[in-house]
Amino acid sequence: MVTVETETIQQIYNLLKTISDPEIPTVSITDLGLVRNVEFINNKVIVTITPTYSACPAMHFIEREIINTLQLNLFENVEVKINLNPAWSTDWVTKEGKIKLKESGIAPPLPIINKVEFKQNTITCPYCNSNKTILKSEFGSTACKSFYFCEDCLTPFDYFKPI
Amino acid sequence: MHLKNDNSLFEYLVRLGDDRLILGHRLSEWCGHAPILEEDIALANIAQDCIGHATHFLNAASEVENKIKTADELTYFRDAIDYKNLLIMELPKGDFAFTIVRQFLVDSFTFLLYEKLQNSGNKFISDITTKALKEVQYHLRHSSQWVLRLGDGTELSHEKTQNALNILWLYTNEMFESDEIENSPSLKNFITKSSDLESEWENKVISHLQNATLKIPEMQTNYLSGGRRGIHTEHLGHLLSEMQIVARTYPGAKW
Repeated sequence: MVTVETETIQQIYNLLKTISDPEIPTVSITDLGLVRNVEFINNKVIVTITPTYSACPAMHFIEREIINTLQLNLFENVEVKINLNPAWSTDWVTKEGKIKLKESGIAPPLPIINKVEFKQNTITCPYCNSNKTILKSEFGSTACKSFYFCEDCLTPFDYFKPI
Repeated sequence: MHLKNDNSLFEYLVRLGDDRLILGHRLSEWCGHAPILEEDIALANIAQDCIGHATHFLNAASEVENKIKTADELTYFRDAIDYKNLLIMELPKGDFAFTIVRQFLVDSFTFLLYEKLQNSGNKFISDITTKALKEVQYHLRHSSQWVLRLGDGTELSHEKTQNALNILWLYTNEMFESDEIENSPSLKNFITKSSDLESEWENKVISHLQNATLKIPEMQTNYLSGGRRGIHTEHLGHLLSEMQIVARTYPGAKW
């Protein structure tokens, strides 16, 4: 049965889908799996989000964006909660999110089996799909990415590292 | 459940926070100065993670004390004597070998500690360490690989790495000193005593250093400690003066 409340929550989710990650603007915060919960209680919206990394500088920006977006759409009373545990995992990035990452030149994260394993998987170049790529550095342009180089198309690219 | 006004818990959270804050600050000094671009980015990334952990720990400490002081106040308006980080964190960054060996010794310790603390009965401690542990795994892998490369590298890199290890080894014992704070009854179910981590740390660290062809310094008595009691080296004061000057010159400034 669809209640008014579930409809409202769906409406809120649809609005959250329009908010981009400030560092990767083609991907939304829902694509990245940053939105963990949405509640609507006594006309108050409570959105729970989680940071990708402990020092993610985008968290406060995202918090403001959520409040602004929802208020523009007549949800006046909005609270954003930030939760660290369970810790964000790249496994929470949606299928759609992974496609969008690749389209913006970022190799999407491979799935994590059990816990973060440090074997050298082959990372496919997001530009030319070659598997002849090498890891240059495990730490890239932002905390969530490592830095690769494609030996076929000679393009450096980011890989969204599994965590 | 959050305990309020528990001094041991506050003290313990401050220790965890200060370790990350001071190490993170030291690492940030490499920004723009690392030997290669990739390392410049890597060390800055790791510094950022450390400062992130510090922010969470110090925010938690502030909550425990009913927000008498915010995390920013704890950071910018405490003097050296009120800082409770381990001495190894505050030593000047030295050369690249020194920084890498310190990272390896500290990452190995932090990894073991957070692995235990993620199961803590205290929500602050378990939440922050669960999150941070994932990041520390990457840090440990980074420093482990560099220790191998430098120790088992050229004659010069080996020499520099061995020299760094000889100095840093003096500061490792302090990591495993469990004092009255760690032994306080109110922390009993929340923490793992650092002394319980010593043998596992030693096994892992020593075998890796030996793989890197490094010699373990033979020391029995001349280890250094004091950080947990606020007794620091001269270096911390210099670090703090740089870190705190803007906040102290323009109190309440926002940017």
